[in-house]
Amino acid sequence: MGMLTQLSNPARFLSVTRPVLPAAGVIALLCLGVGSWLAFFGSPPDFRQGESVRIMYVHVPAAWGALQTYAFVAIASLIGFVWRHRLADVAAREAAPLGLAFTVLALVTGSLWGKVTWGVFWDWDPRLTSMMVLAFLYAGYLAIWRVMDEAQAARTAALLAMLGAVNLPIIKFSVEWWDTLHQKATVIRADGPAMPASMLWPLGLMTLGYAALFVFVLLLRMRSALARRRAGVPARPSRAVLEPAPEVAS
Amino acid sequence: MKATAPSRRALPFRRRQRRALLLGLVLPAFAGATALAVTAISRTQVYAYAPSALPASDELAGRTVKLGGLVEEGSLRHGAGTEVYFAVTDGAATVPVRFDGFLPSLVAEGDGAVVTGTVSSDGTFEATLVAARHDELYMAPEVADALKSTGRYDEYVAQKRR
Repeated sequence: MGMLTQLSNPARFLSVTRPVLPAAGVIALLCLGVGSWLAFFGSPPDFRQGESVRIMYVHVPAAWGALQTYAFVAIASLIGFVWRHRLADVAAREAAPLGLAFTVLALVTGSLWGKVTWGVFWDWDPRLTSMMVLAFLYAGYLAIWRVMDEAQAARTAALLAMLGAVNLPIIKFSVEWWDTLHQKATVIRADGPAMPASMLWPLGLMTLGYAALFVFVLLLRMRSALARRRAGVPARPSRAVLEPAPEVAS
Repeated sequence: MKATAPSRRALPFRRRQRRALLLGLVLPAFAGATALAVTAISRTQVYAYAPSALPASDELAGRTVKLGGLVEEGSLRHGAGTEVYFAVTDGAATVPVRFDGFLPSLVAEGDGAVVTGTVSSDGTFEATLVAARHDELYMAPEVADALKSTGRYDEYVAQKRR
């Protein structure tokens, strides 16, 4: 907590993260570059899926990133809610669009792969449905920040983020708890990955690349949010206002 | 004035504790309520019926349901046009399926499938949609061929699948 308290000082945050930014950018570029090359040219097709297995190298890290980003948003929200650390609120707010992007990427690539493999673009199976709920949670979270004033939005959005975290175990274990069209976990399972090393390498590099890209973009967004605040630019991009509902004539 | 000074300084502390207490009550309560809902859904709803759990046609009264299981070995045959017949089994029971439409290329004997449709009065499952089920096993085709040539393919696949 000591380090977190120090980091919650915006000036200190800016100086500490300055060298992290280019480092994360370089790592992201390297991992995504080498990972993509391996994914396209340096890994075998699958014995049943054929070449469409390569969608997995984009889909799986995106889905993992979607869940990890939500966990990050929920924890930052908790710190912001209880300790009133403004920087934690900023971190949660600036991470959420990345989480939404990961979620949409996972849904779209999964849909394309599903058409090739299952024969359907979409199915209301527990894994797919809970993942779509995650996209709506992110969208709702971001909408709160757009329509409320900053102090009120921070509290309300934080509550939504924390309550919505119950969806994370549901997504993760949906394939264990229920019968699903979506397959069970391949990499993280008790008796080791059911995948050869030639596929695990590009998957691992892409996952690392996504994580580094997340750190890079998040820091960039947080730094510009702090700069905007210092310059006195209003944080709320929308002019929408919440009005009381009109009274219904009986 | 003197009496209010210490309490005012203590106020942020009390507020923080109150917020922490609020979360300490609300979050576990919400998680518990969700857990109960999830448990209730698990006990009363199925994504797809296993062949041995599929209700009879009069029980379903024409309702569209999903049937999930393995395509039985030796059961897949093509009729006129795009018509196709196969049987879905879970080891305990087998349901004959009739389907007229686009059959995904990964639907094969011995592999999983999820079939959507209705149960006719003679017990045949009239499918409107067939989806292939893909499992969690990934392998290079050369490795699969090598395993097949040494006759260890079925054993390996069964051991890796759960």
